[in-house]
Amino acid sequence: MKTIGYIIQKEFKQIFRNKAMLPIIFVLPIIQLIILSNAATFEVKNIAFSYIDHDKTSFSKELVDKFSASTFFNVITEFPSEKVASSAMLEGEVDVILEIPQYFERDLLKNKKTNLSVIINAIDGAAAGVENVYINQIVRNFNKNVQTDLMQPSALTAIGEKDIPKNIISIPSFWYNKTLNYKTFMVPGILVILVTMITLFLSGMNIVREKEIGTLEQMNVTPIKKYQFIIGKLFPFWVLGMVLLTVGLIIARVLFNVPMVGSLALMYLYTSVYILVILGIGLFISNFTDTQQQAMFIAWFFVVIFILMSGLFTPIESMPQWAQFLTEFNPVKYYVEVMRMVMLKGSSFIDILPQFIKTSIYAIIMNGLAVWSYKKTN
Amino acid sequence: MKRFIGFIKKEFYHIFRDKRTLFILFGMPIVQILLFGFAITNEINNVDIAVFDKSKDVDTQKIINKISSSKYFSLKQMIENEAEIEAIFKKGKVKAVLVFEKDFSKNLTKENNATVQIITDATDPNTANNITNFISSIIQKYQQEINKGLKIPYQIIPETRMVFNQELKSVFMFVPGVMTIILMLVSAMMTSISITKEKELGTMEILLVSPLKPFQVIIGKVVPYIFLSIINAVVIILLSIFIFNMPVQGSLFLLGAESILFIINALSLGILISTISETQQTAMMISLMGLLLPVILLSGFIFPISSMPNILQVISNVIPATWYIIILKSIMLKGIGLTFIWKETLILLGMTVFFIMLSIKKYKIRLE
Repeated sequence: MKTIGYIIQKEFKQIFRNKAMLPIIFVLPIIQLIILSNAATFEVKNIAFSYIDHDKTSFSKELVDKFSASTFFNVITEFPSEKVASSAMLEGEVDVILEIPQYFERDLLKNKKTNLSVIINAIDGAAAGVENVYINQIVRNFNKNVQTDLMQPSALTAIGEKDIPKNIISIPSFWYNKTLNYKTFMVPGILVILVTMITLFLSGMNIVREKEIGTLEQMNVTPIKKYQFIIGKLFPFWVLGMVLLTVGLIIARVLFNVPMVGSLALMYLYTSVYILVILGIGLFISNFTDTQQQAMFIAWFFVVIFILMSGLFTPIESMPQWAQFLTEFNPVKYYVEVMRMVMLKGSSFIDILPQFIKTSIYAIIMNGLAVWSYKKTN
Repeated sequence: MKRFIGFIKKEFYHIFRDKRTLFILFGMPIVQILLFGFAITNEINNVDIAVFDKSKDVDTQKIINKISSSKYFSLKQMIENEAEIEAIFKKGKVKAVLVFEKDFSKNLTKENNATVQIITDATDPNTANNITNFISSIIQKYQQEINKGLKIPYQIIPETRMVFNQELKSVFMFVPGVMTIILMLVSAMMTSISITKEKELGTMEILLVSPLKPFQVIIGKVVPYIFLSIINAVVIILLSIFIFNMPVQGSLFLLGAESILFIINALSLGILISTISETQQTAMMISLMGLLLPVILLSGFIFPISSMPNILQVISNVIPATWYIIILKSIMLKGIGLTFIWKETLILLGMTVFFIMLSIKKYKIRLE
């Protein structure tokens, strides 16, 4: 026990003596949590909208006014011709072009039917879909107003009772996040990533650094046992991860007002097991590489995969089957799920039991591998 | 000049002797682009839903059939009371619950009005919003069907054309982003330790006493990596064209030239990091911790920049990846030439020059 204590002491000293590293470990993640959480939003707003009005009647003007009144469309440009408009779209200045045809008003009044042409830049397919919904909503509302204005009561009786269109009203209701606030969704996720990155990178570089500098040899000739060495190496980073989690949770609560419905103790319990998984992976990488560069490349490789396939930014259900299967091996996926479930929905230990068991097994396997692969002889 | 060539040769030897790093360097990007190209999508697909049908009549049955037979949703379970909704949401699998009111059909035929409630698990606001939109549009279609035959006067019909990506494939959005992330990080990480490594191993002294000028050392460090990164870029571009069917509407030559510019930009950023850090560990933590998340989140790779708060929109301008993603999309999807993207190109070029100049200035010729 005393031996482990000394190793832990040594590791802590090394961390705190490296003045260049301290801000990277403690300040950088916090700043990123604060800044980047604001960036991660799929909301579609500030749509760059433009129109071509060939009709120039009170009707067409009224329609355009409806768009400028909407909060989703903020840049409204008028173009004289389709040619100018599409070149502006190529340059990326506008994303939506609404073309109001000549005789828009006349056709509507006479033929009772008229068309509008809408062109949407669809490179971001998801956003284009949402933009389309917004546009249709505005046009439909405008259309309804026109219909009620034009249809005389006499006309209404003329079409008869049974011709009144049937109406199914769908009422959306968003649970756990009524205002569709992205920050409550993203802050726990980004915090997870930061805790993961710091602990993985530091533990991944740790042993291999001693190898590269040559001090590992010195450790190997001491009577320290394998498990003592590994525990001594792991513990400081485990503490670091927990500290980072605490600071992150405080920021989430105070700065972002993220609701914490569930139990804090449960979050800490899960995190303490989770960090063990990451540290195990880090040490395993460290044992298998010769240089810090190699270790970092491999750690980076896994972190990027872990992040992008964790369901943090894009939903796992949308992935193809084989990719969904691969995510079963992604510890970050479980952590993101658990944090969101416990923090936002108040899930209990029973609800997160599957994730907890899988993570625990993962921790045992990774740390077993780490101890096994560390050899005191060359 | 001869000295300079000798120096470049030395750098090449360094790289080629470390077979393991070389393998990682070329293997990783391939695995990543294949994995992400297929897996990263925000299209709605096979979302599990549950239904609470208080009415159980012809209309609700037809609507349920329509929804569960679409490729977007699969009906996971029918529930019988209000309390179950909370329970299944907490389990986390089911993302939406449809609640039909009592006497749905009766209300629809007698009063011409019937209500259905779409309850979504909005812990993921984006998915919740999409699910709501998709279900409403399916219901809307059903409504149109039962209203067929009615003559409704004064109709305005919008005809929408989706340009550059007719089928709204999210591959077109994400593959350029993935290409950028991989190129940026691999390039920056490779060079970020090149100078610190010499410092840490003690070979820096030898370089300092050599007659090589600082700019020769800096340029010499970048050159070999340019070759490696170009090979990487070519592989990535080929994969995205042949595996993910990304079109190249514009000139392939311009695409190549812009990619080389971006690579040099990322490499020089790596060099800059390595001149300002003392140990390899610091250099790598800066390039990993400092670059990874900002590049993913602020470059417009996943999240639209126009929706961000103003300050972040300004910050996104100083991230080289932002400009490269615009350039990639412009050339590959819009098929436009330099006349349209000269501004973005110039910005990348300016940043590159800035990084290199700063590195030369920061490169210390004295040991402390």
